[in-house]
Amino acid sequence: MRRLIPYPLRSLALLACWLILNQTLHPAHWLLGALLGIALPPALSALTPRVTTLRRAGLALALLGVFIKDIVVANFEVARLILGPESAIRPRFVWVPLGITNEQGIAVLAAMITMTPGTLSADIAPDRRWLLVHAFNVDDEAALIGDIQQRYERPLREIFT
Amino acid sequence: MSVVIQTGADIALAMLALAMLLCLFRLLRGPSMADRVLALDTLYINSLAGLMVAGVRLDDPTFFDAAIVIGLLGFIGTVAFAKYLLRGDIIE
Amino acid sequence: MNSAAWVDWIVAALMVGGAAFALVGSYGLAKLSDFYKRLHGPTKATTLGVGGVLLAACVFFISAGRGGTEQILVALFLFITAPVSAHLLVKAVLSLNAADRPPQPPDDGQGRP
Repeated sequence: MRRLIPYPLRSLALLACWLILNQTLHPAHWLLGALLGIALPPALSALTPRVTTLRRAGLALALLGVFIKDIVVANFEVARLILGPESAIRPRFVWVPLGITNEQGIAVLAAMITMTPGTLSADIAPDRRWLLVHAFNVDDEAALIGDIQQRYERPLREIFT
Repeated sequence: MSVVIQTGADIALAMLALAMLLCLFRLLRGPSMADRVLALDTLYINSLAGLMVAGVRLDDPTFFDAAIVIGLLGFIGTVAFAKYLLRGDIIE
Repeated sequence: MNSAAWVDWIVAALMVGGAAFALVGSYGLAKLSDFYKRLHGPTKATTLGVGGVLLAACVFFISAGRGGTEQILVALFLFITAPVSAHLLVKAVLSLNAADRPPQPPDDGQGRP
């Protein structure tokens, strides 16, 4: 079983995408989707050099909840700043130290920072230990760094091992 | 199709049209190349939202297939432009 | 179509709300004076703007009993790609204007867990 389907999560995701895209639950599409799901991940494995196992599904769900709430709150905040006078905005670059070492974990963290409006991941240090973040309006640099580490980085470090 | 949804969709379409005009302003104004790329990026995302609303307004799910295609092509376009900007910096 | 009236109100509110956020994001793109500030407008238009409209379409087609799952795929794809394109754009601009890039802090382990 393990040899036939080396990437069960990816195979399932591909099958789900196939069924949604075709808007059907017809058995023929189940078969075709399953074939694609089994055949494609090994063919594409050359693109992702290191395989990461995800753990702590419950923690990941909790993180997703926090993330969605942050998106909504931060969106209102940035909307208020855009509609207000521009002189009230104090943008700046902040280097955030990274404790997480897993490459996929860093990628997810950077994407999450960009998706919450108000912060934007701009670049990563060559040694992957610092992330350059552009903040839309920040007074306290240390508070922003602490927030990112506390809210996103710590859970991600436990999920991506 | 209720009047409430129709009116809401019309208002949303008008707002999205205005948003796309603002993107067009930035696209023409610039000043830098990156600004124009950013404007194009925002423009395709707005048009994607517009297609979604149109799909609801006209009660036709076919629009969502078009939205998927726009999403795919727009992303690849932006990445290609960004790569081009990066390349321009390399001193050979 | 015999869906309840309150579903219609939710769909309409989500559409108008999402479009409003997209409009504010684009307004920021046109109004703000600096490229790095402008970048924050579009990332907001993608998240809550498109998110709201997608949710509206989802609710509408599910309540009408005809699919309504395709939209999730659009949202998923857009939410994966939007940060990547934004990241690439800043990276490109930072490499063009090296003066804007703040120096990397010295690696003395300060703030490192």
